[in-house]
Amino acid sequence: MRLVLPNPGLDLRIPNHEDLDRIEKEEAGGRQKWDNKAQYILTCVGFCIGLGNVWRFPYLCQSHGGGAFLIPYLILLVLEGMPLLLLEFAIGQRLRKGSVGVWRSINPYLTGIGIASMLVSFLVALYYNTLIAWILWYLFNSFQSPLPWAQCPLNDNGTGFIPECEQSSTVDYFFYRVTLNATASIEDSGGIHWPIVVCLLAAWTVVAICCIRGISTAGKAVYVTAILPYIVLGIFLVRGLTLKGAWSGIKFLFTPDVEELINPTTWLDAGAQVFYAFSLAWGGLISFSSYNPVHNNCVQDAVILSVVNGLTSIYAASVTYTIIGFRATENYDNCVAGNVMTLLNAFDLPEDNITSSNYEEALNRLNSSYPDVVSGLDIKTCNLQKLLSEGVEGTGLAFIVFTEAITNMPGSPIWSVLFFLMLFCLGLSTLFGNIEGVVIPLKDLNIFPKKWPHEALTGITCVVAFIICLLFAQRSGLYWVTVFDSFAGSVPLLTVGLFEMVAIVYIYGVDRLNEDIKFMVGYKPSIFWQVMWRVVSPLIILVILVFYLVKQAQEELSYLTWDPSSEKFPSLVSTPYPSWINAVIFLLAGGPSLALPVYALCRLVYVSYRKLRMFSSY
Amino acid sequence: MWKNTFFLFFILSACAEELCKPDASNGYKVRLSLKTALGDDAYTWNKNEMFLFQSTLAFAMRTSHTGQSYEISNIVVCNETDRVSFWFVVTSPGNPTELVENYIVEEAIRKSRHRINSAFLLTDKTLEFVGILPTLATPVSYDTPPWLIVFGVLMGIIVAGIIVLLASSIVKRKRKTRRTDEEEADEETRVKTMDNGVYNMSFSVEDKLTQM
Repeated sequence: MRLVLPNPGLDLRIPNHEDLDRIEKEEAGGRQKWDNKAQYILTCVGFCIGLGNVWRFPYLCQSHGGGAFLIPYLILLVLEGMPLLLLEFAIGQRLRKGSVGVWRSINPYLTGIGIASMLVSFLVALYYNTLIAWILWYLFNSFQSPLPWAQCPLNDNGTGFIPECEQSSTVDYFFYRVTLNATASIEDSGGIHWPIVVCLLAAWTVVAICCIRGISTAGKAVYVTAILPYIVLGIFLVRGLTLKGAWSGIKFLFTPDVEELINPTTWLDAGAQVFYAFSLAWGGLISFSSYNPVHNNCVQDAVILSVVNGLTSIYAASVTYTIIGFRATENYDNCVAGNVMTLLNAFDLPEDNITSSNYEEALNRLNSSYPDVVSGLDIKTCNLQKLLSEGVEGTGLAFIVFTEAITNMPGSPIWSVLFFLMLFCLGLSTLFGNIEGVVIPLKDLNIFPKKWPHEALTGITCVVAFIICLLFAQRSGLYWVTVFDSFAGSVPLLTVGLFEMVAIVYIYGVDRLNEDIKFMVGYKPSIFWQVMWRVVSPLIILVILVFYLVKQAQEELSYLTWDPSSEKFPSLVSTPYPSWINAVIFLLAGGPSLALPVYALCRLVYVSYRKLRMFSSY
Repeated sequence: MWKNTFFLFFILSACAEELCKPDASNGYKVRLSLKTALGDDAYTWNKNEMFLFQSTLAFAMRTSHTGQSYEISNIVVCNETDRVSFWFVVTSPGNPTELVENYIVEEAIRKSRHRINSAFLLTDKTLEFVGILPTLATPVSYDTPPWLIVFGVLMGIIVAGIIVLLASSIVKRKRKTRRTDEEEADEETRVKTMDNGVYNMSFSVEDKLTQM
């Protein structure tokens, strides 16, 4: 199986094994290193475990057959996630460079992969930090009782609540109007909403101070940002399980529907989720493992990280669904109580006559005897299953569903502070990897003078990113975040991941990699890894990428808007995108994906031009 | 004579009942939800509680409609149900056959709503006057929003941290350049005075310039 493309000069570009040992002994690299192994593992765990584990995985799990979804998820974790993870760890530890440096060492024409990773990391960091800014806003607002999203503001003459708040709900109003002041469409910019600017400033300065010296500061910050979420999740689990309705949530989440396994979308979504959950192809993991000692056991690390990731997803999903179950039960009970009261008032019956337990039969009895009266009443249909499956993904989960659940818990401000602090830590630790994946390639590409210290690079990156983030501080910022989320972080990552695998397996050579791992760890990777690297994992990623592109091409591009003037209000209205969004999508998705071929082409042209000039001068 | 008084009383009460009927133009429906509000501690609704209601309402009318001395007999109640709901109208103290306008009654109830609720240990939601909306409690508001305070504290800590980190790295760099300068100076003199590993004190700097 010597399927390797010719790659002349590889040995000249990379240090050989003896050099590696010598560099390690003399510490002649001048490179940073981890203070201890725990820092490295915590940083990687923090990078991989992010907001998606809390607000994307539980939704996927529940909508694709509950407990049955764990089967494709865990299978693809082992077949797709673990091999790619080991690949990134091994290559970073071997070549001891950040993502651009690694690809340039393998073959200068492949530098485009590193540039693509850098661009994707930057674009994702932009909208990710906006999410963190919103989380910070909620965190700052949690230090008051009652919580500001528990009450509607009064209208001008004080006789009622503001109609927008009255029709939707207090939490909806607080998110869409007070926090974002959302316009009705992406075309309507609406100007800058200054509370978001303030929160963005806070978010970027926190990121700047944590990353200012690279891993020597970030490595210390992860002791808090990586461990705190687990503690808070534990607290919420205990609190959640003691609330009424928690078990209906857990049952709803894990009830298996085995027929979903036949549906290909289930497997595709599981594969995509594994890929994004492992933060692969961002360049951050390669960078982090390049600071490791040469003989660090990266195989063990890859397995540990995969297991931790899988278990954390399930843990976070359980906690999330106890809270969702509580909220759904609370709303259901209120709905039934409201209906009971309506019936009692209409028929002037004593209060004990109808309770929640005999509500159904009482309603039927009254309906059969007085059908006209009953049909004239405002009896709402109360459906627990529908309440359990309501809008429980993404920002809707954190800022609408959870905030509503928290207002109903005793001692709400504390729970709110804990929850948003946890989300903040989850997001921040992911951003460390992002910023590492942007700053180190900038250093390797020599975009800034070599003399400039790391602090200056980080500072400039954060300042530039903050200025670009003002795009999301507009009143239409929510829709821009959705665009970035859907297009900047999906297709480019899959493309880069595929190129990475192909480059390492077929250009660097799996045999060479096996020798490297044998040198670093002491044993050659088993047949499992060989089969995965050569065939299975690239195939899985290719299939996911193709299906994803096909799905995107078929669907009409549309997005959900908050439009108080529409008839469907308070439901979000599905609006088609304006035509100029296609240019934006092409830049976001196509830009990084095409970085590799474009760079390779430019380099080819440049090298040929130089050769021609050299020959013509003789 | 007794017959006449009896007859008059009968006429009056009949009139009163005539005045109070469901959907009366100047009357209001009252609805109490005792079990919802008080649970197991709920008291039973009986004539004494009705008496309290009438007296509380008479109190409310007296307080609001100054100058008029309302009596309990001016509060006429009818159509009691098991729900605990009933209709009432208010008759004028001067003329028992004349009803007081509903806006006067409404204003009286609005003014003393809290006192009426407290007399029955109920709230605006559990003691409903159908048609009279309770004035809503204004949401809590602060002079300086609390979130600005938290933001200020956080930014203060971070800016202080950034300054400390930058200052310490500048100091570290200055110390390193000073040390490397000293080391370079030592290195130079060592190189110049060495020849095949032997120190030769007669070597001077100018010899370096005579290399070919």
